[in-house]
Amino acid sequence: MTPPQRTRRTPGEDPPPRSAETQKGPKSNPERIYVVADPEGERAELDLVTLIVATSPDPPSSATPEQAALLRLCSAPLSVAELSAYLNLPFSAVTALLTEMLTAELVQARAPIVRQALPDRSLLEAVMHGLQRL
Amino acid sequence: MDFKGSETVPGPRTEDRLPQTAQAAAKIVIVGGFGVGKTTMVGSVSEIRPLTTEETMTQAGIGVDDNFGSASKTATTVAMDFGRIRITEQLVLYLFGTPGQERFWFLWNGLFEGALGAVVLVDTRRLEVSFDVMGRLEERGVPFVVAVNTFPDAPRYPIPELRTALDLPEDVPIVECDVRRRASSRDVLLTLMRFLHSLAMSGSLT
Repeated sequence: MTPPQRTRRTPGEDPPPRSAETQKGPKSNPERIYVVADPEGERAELDLVTLIVATSPDPPSSATPEQAALLRLCSAPLSVAELSAYLNLPFSAVTALLTEMLTAELVQARAPIVRQALPDRSLLEAVMHGLQRL
Repeated sequence: MDFKGSETVPGPRTEDRLPQTAQAAAKIVIVGGFGVGKTTMVGSVSEIRPLTTEETMTQAGIGVDDNFGSASKTATTVAMDFGRIRITEQLVLYLFGTPGQERFWFLWNGLFEGALGAVVLVDTRRLEVSFDVMGRLEERGVPFVVAVNTFPDAPRYPIPELRTALDLPEDVPIVECDVRRRASSRDVLLTLMRFLHSLAMSGSLT
């Protein structure tokens, strides 16, 4: 039995023509339902794995219920993805909430490690050591 | 949104809390077709109970459901399972089991662009399901390894034959695995990390 055959692609290559099902013109792109921005239209650059930590263990009295719940979760560092899961809120709703809270300095964000042009070999080695312990 | 109120939100179990020293996190994406074993793999290797992050989007024209004729847009929820491994006191690794359809990837900022790399999980009974995913990763310059989840009734191909069928260069690892087993899933992740390390050594990681 012979497996089906694929053809390799290269970076920057134009994607192949889409099937008729998905080819419905520019208007057919899906949209996030919660596209919330602050009044200046700024949105914090938050990744799924940006770590969020509360700046103070006690929520201020002015905190909304959502903010108080988030602050309680973030007494220890927690990723945006985990916040989304525990709060049962879509990722985009959590990033909107966090954008306000970062501005108000209720929480701090610890930026993720992302793939770079010059990768950190010692980081990759640390991950390998960590996995070998599992 | 159905917010439950602050008193009812269960947080991480005590043993799942990260130390204050946790400075940064990195992510790996596990991508593949429906039912190929992404969720099982995340669950077998994660140190925390796997969690789900959802994103809601409008239905219009995404070709998922047959809501033609309905006047209003319908909200569709796309879910992504993820797990976590503590690497050091400072560093945390997250694993995301991501739907194979590229049209969902934009929902999460930097899901692939920021990932260290990807695991493409394939099922030899439906090999062609993974073709588009691999092409998309190649276009985006995301390094990946291929893990063949060995289902009992699936055809077994020798690795060289699979490499030819998948049109993959010699240096891209292809490994067999049983994602139900933690050691096997871990070995797939180690294969990816060794591959990334070799790319870093040869200076070809972009």
